Amino acid sequence: MKELISRNNIIKSVMVLAVYLLVYLMMCTGIIDSYIFLNIVSIGINIILAVSLNLITGFTGQLSLGHAAFMSIGAYASGILTAKLGLPFIVGILGAALAAALAGILIGVPTLRLKGDYLAIATLGFGEIIRIVGLNWKYIGGAMGLNDIPRYTNWTWLFGIIVLTVVVISNFLSSYNGRAVISIKEDEIASTSMGVNTNYYKVLVFTIGALFAGIAGALYANYFYFIRPDSFGFMKSVDILVIVVLGGLGSIRGSILSAIALSLVSLSLQGIPELRMVIYAVILFIMMVYKPQRILEPIRKLVKKEA
Amino acid sequence: MALLNVTKLTKNFGGVKAVTDVDLEVEENTITGIIGPNGAGKTTFFNLLTGIYKPSSGDIIYHINGDVTSRMLRPQKMTKYGIARTFQNIRLFKEMTVTDNVLLGYHCNLSYGVFPSVLRLPSYFREEKKAMEKAHELLKIFHLYDKRDEKAKNLSYGDQRKVEIARAMAADPKILLLDEPAAGMNPNETKELTKLIKWVQEEFQLTIILIEHDMSLVMKLCDKIFVFDYGHLIAEGDPESIQCNEQVLKAYLGGDYVAEAK
Repeated sequence: MKELISRNNIIKSVMVLAVYLLVYLMMCTGIIDSYIFLNIVSIGINIILAVSLNLITGFTGQLSLGHAAFMSIGAYASGILTAKLGLPFIVGILGAALAAALAGILIGVPTLRLKGDYLAIATLGFGEIIRIVGLNWKYIGGAMGLNDIPRYTNWTWLFGIIVLTVVVISNFLSSYNGRAVISIKEDEIASTSMGVNTNYYKVLVFTIGALFAGIAGALYANYFYFIRPDSFGFMKSVDILVIVVLGGLGSIRGSILSAIALSLVSLSLQGIPELRMVIYAVILFIMMVYKPQRILEPIRKLVKKEA
Repeated sequence: MALLNVTKLTKNFGGVKAVTDVDLEVEENTITGIIGPNGAGKTTFFNLLTGIYKPSSGDIIYHINGDVTSRMLRPQKMTKYGIARTFQNIRLFKEMTVTDNVLLGYHCNLSYGVFPSVLRLPSYFREEKKAMEKAHELLKIFHLYDKRDEKAKNLSYGDQRKVEIARAMAADPKILLLDEPAAGMNPNETKELTKLIKWVQEEFQLTIILIEHDMSLVMKLCDKIFVFDYGHLIAEGDPESIQCNEQVLKAYLGGDYVAEAK
């Protein structure tokens, strides 16, 4: 216990609590209206997705293009549990986590032998399978989507789960498990001969990543009332990957900051719907060329100093 | 007592016979050298010893706390058995710090699991602290303590070699396999490395098997030398007898040279 109550941890906890209370108060006083909150929810969900994908792609080096599929599984699991069966939100979240984690194992095991581009294509295929199953399954509404999902997601749930995701994944990474996982990205052969069970870790990482993506899906479903398979297609996976790459592969802080930054960019362009995607693409292009790490580094240092 | 017995070991890659009918024995607490011209099958032999390749036929038996046979050899299990290795082309985790590299060598001794690391249970702090102490101790022995927070890729070539050996040592091995430890080193670095290997062997009561092309290192260090050529074991003996072994000279310099020398 002694080690847990370090100065650093206390300052971090206080800051996290402060952010929570600040937004909570602003919501109570009406400074944050429902439109702003909607954007906060999408930012929050993007943070969870980006951090969990960063574990798979950034830290372990397993390029995955099917992250939205895990989100979709979570969203539908929670949708069925809360809307069709009328169960409470916590059951929906747990169901979503479990379903997505199982899917993570399911995709993790057969793709163990694949690397790089091949793994990317396999996960892409997995994403498409999930989408097409969703489109043809009558019980969950097929292409029409699943309607009338109760709105349970609020600021407390959202913030709590963001914190949970970040804490769990960064704690995982700063242990011997994390070192093992990073060593797989660095040099798999050396990693194996140091006694790292690379197969176990690859599946584990897919499972943890999928679990949090599933929870993000539950938050999404229970905020937007309505989900359909096409919301979780290939493009959504790419969006998440863009956030991760922009924030820096192997940087959790980077993922959080770039999730916020990209959502704000996309938001500020809503006034010009015709040109929105064009300008968004150009901004992405500029950011990639000028090394996002370099742009975000001063901010990151500032955050680090304060923490 | 023999720590390692190899009998009739053969490895074929399709039609290529990389290692053929090799019989050898390695005694405890000795330094054994494996030499031979390029392509003689030395590294293949190492990969067989560490479970990266499966033998086509023949047996490998280690006698460390009970027998470890060739069937049980898997690359990720070697450190658990007490066998650690380094690589010919340095395989460090380049983007990780020197300390983290050495900590990875200690990986096989850590087993507190995922939940304690996520929940930060006492076992996490206890075991990580033990691992860190061990790593720092090794870094001091190898004179790398000042560079512990550097990324491995930023170190000089000689230091990278040392980190690789330190990483292997972190697993607390009984047998250390070194694949060309002096490759790419200048004579001074080689001299220093020779001392280091000797010292490590005596200090930790290790059995070392090394592949090396640098004869100054091999002749100074090794108690026994095995010579490979075209996958066959052509000679074995102490450094003096190997130096004047006719077959060895033939393998290295070609048949004519021996004739002329006579």
